[in-house]
Parts: sequence; C-alpha cells; structure tokens
Amino acid sequence: MSYRSNADLGGQELRGAIIPEPEGELFHAPWEPRAMALTLAMGATGLWTIDMSRAARETLVNYGDLGYYEIWLAALEKLVSESGALIESAIRPPRLLRAESVAATLARGTPFERAPVRAARFAVGDTVRTRVDRPAHHTRLPGYARGKTGVVARVHGTHVFADTNASGLGECPQWLYTVEFDERELWGDGLPVQRSTISVDAWEPYLEPV
Amino acid sequence: MRHDEHEHDAISPLQLRVRALESVLIEKGYVDPAALDALIDAYQTKIGPRNGARVVARAWCDPQFRRWLLADATAAIASLGFSGRQGEHMVAVENSADLHNLVVCTLCSCYPWSVLGLPPTWYKSAPYRARAVKDPRGVLREFGVELPESTRIRIWDSTAEVRYLVVPQRPSGTGHLSESDLAALVTRDSMIGTGLPRAPT
Repeated sequence: MSYRSNADLGGQELRGAIIPEPEGELFHAPWEPRAMALTLAMGATGLWTIDMSRAARETLVNYGDLGYYEIWLAALEKLVSESGALIESAIRPPRLLRAESVAATLARGTPFERAPVRAARFAVGDTVRTRVDRPAHHTRLPGYARGKTGVVARVHGTHVFADTNASGLGECPQWLYTVEFDERELWGDGLPVQRSTISVDAWEPYLEPV
Repeated sequence: MRHDEHEHDAISPLQLRVRALESVLIEKGYVDPAALDALIDAYQTKIGPRNGARVVARAWCDPQFRRWLLADATAAIASLGFSGRQGEHMVAVENSADLHNLVVCTLCSCYPWSVLGLPPTWYKSAPYRARAVKDPRGVLREFGVELPESTRIRIWDSTAEVRYLVVPQRPSGTGHLSESDLAALVTRDSMIGTGLPRAPT
C-alpha cells in the first residue's frame, strides 16, 4: 500500500516570500474561524485522533495549492465522510463539546505522555542514527532527517506513537527523544555556513544505536 | 500554499462549504453551535501571545521562576494559568549572546497554542517550513533580524507533541521597567525566534 505525504517540506527549495503578519491578524476570510472551530469541536468528539487529522491533511492530493484553513476544511470533510458519521444509522458521538465546557476542555488539553512500561533505550548524549526507510503510513520523521546521525539532547518520557495512532492501531506509547543534528550532517558541506544545529522529536522506533 | 485572497463581500464557495458542513454536523448532534462561538472567542480574546509574553516577562524578573521554566516549562507556565490544548508538553528554550533559538514545524503547523494562540499565516506557509531548517539566517533576514556571525542557531522542528517557547534576551536598558511593561516588549515573533523583543521607548 502506498502512502504519500504532501506536507513534508523541510529543506525543500521553495523560494516564495515569507510575509510577516501583525499579532492580532488571526483570520483572512469570514469562513476561516468557523472552519477552525468546527475542526476543534469535531476533534473533541473522539471520532478520530489528532494523528488521523494530520494524516487526512497531509494526504490531500492538492495540499500544495490550498491555504491552511482550506486544508483543514478539506481534511474535516474527508474525516466526517470516512468516519460514517453522516449515515442514517450512525451511532451517537462519543462526546459532545458544549459551550459551557469549552474553556475547561481547552485548559485541560489532551496530554500525550503515558506511563513507561520499559526502560528507555537511549540517554542524553548517546549518538543515534535515524531510520532510512519511509514507512507506507503516516509518520513524523521528516525526509531531511532520514538516515542521519545525531545526538540525543532530551528524553521526554513515553508518548503516544503517532504512526500507530494515525492508523487506528492504538496509542502504542514509545519513548520520545529530541535528537540534534549538525547542519553539515543534514545538508552536506556545500552550503553557506549557518552555524546551526537542527533537532527533531523522534520516537524510539525511528532510531538505532550507532 | 498561497496567501488567502478571498473576497469578503459575496458568499464564497468556501463559505458555502463550511456552512453546509456546520449545518449537517449540528443537525446530527455532533456539534453545539454555541461551542463554535466559544471556541472562536477563546482564541480571539483569551488565548494568544500576550500569555506567552507574561511568561517571558516573569522569567526576566524572577530568577527562581526562570529556573523552573527552563527545567519544567509545562508546570511553570501552568502556574500562571496557561495550560492545555497544544501546550500539554512545553519546553522553554532561552536565547543568549551566543545562542539563538528558532521554532518551526516542517511537517504541518505544530505551535504552542496555550501561550501563543493561533499560528500566524507565515508559520504555516510552505516557504517558512521549507527554509527555516536549512537557511535560518536567510529566513531571519526576511524578518529584519541579522544575527552576529558568531551566534549559534538552534532550530527546533516540532515533529511530536512537544511545543517550544523561545525565551528571548531581555533588552538592555530595561532595569527600571515593571513586569507588565516588560511583557509589552515581548513580541509573538520573539517567542518563535523570528524576531527580537522591542527596545524600550
């Protein structure tokens, strides 16, 4: 089964301008706040996970042609349709976000850390290599950081694993690390020196010891 | 992704799509329409970058809070009343004379909503997500920020559910300012790493 993300943009040669924006400028069309709120309200029902939402967005074939809230809207339409929520015999939603509980629901959030069931394989300072292969499902290791050697900079505990959580295979919590790379490891020696390091947050299955 | 340029007068096809979806989800009992208004109001009036600015200003004024923030940002930030959605697992990263931090999400638009609110359009745009990791100095120049060559840049790609808040350097000549005056100098962009705090007037 093939899976293609159209959202993995890090390191690509995209020359469009980056346009700064004033702080209070939140929306650019009257439908945008409604699309944002609908996405959050439907996310709160529990019909799908946030990782399923990301998978629905990044697999839109016209991802690159859409504004960001257009991506959200198209993905929401897809999720609603695929969840079967609109068929006549649909079951009632697992949860309904009511106006009076919006503030508390936002303040609570949905923590992604889970109790560890085994010891972490890596510790801060360990050298690790990221996996080369791109799995045929939603994943969160960017293309530019595949098959690269870096150092564990932080250990975050055991977190819900996006790869399985996006595929309906459950949370399967995994140790999560911040892995830091030197710029030359990612981009080679040919580029102007930035004096930068770049990190990704990587679950343990993305990593192997060096 | 292009910048949205939809007209605000006639009802656009997008507006019609959103209305249609909203109607059917309300009718089916999945959405409380009043909750939509409450969500929009929350991000327009309560959850935005002024929250993060208060965190930074407190860190500038209170060494104990600063240590707590750098050691356990989620708890330190929650002590000021900011927590929850897209800020469940916070990490604060501090700039210094030698180090500048920059936050991006190359895979989508992950952003610390609990302290900065909704992400700006450029943060979600393809050019920023593509270039921030590879050409940070070029990106910073587009924001009018020129760092000394000797400054190291640390780029944090938010690829999981950890969210990053940059603690910018306190501007010089601000020793006399109150915490709330200091918070007014902290811009949203300075907490993402694409800007610096304002100078005191």
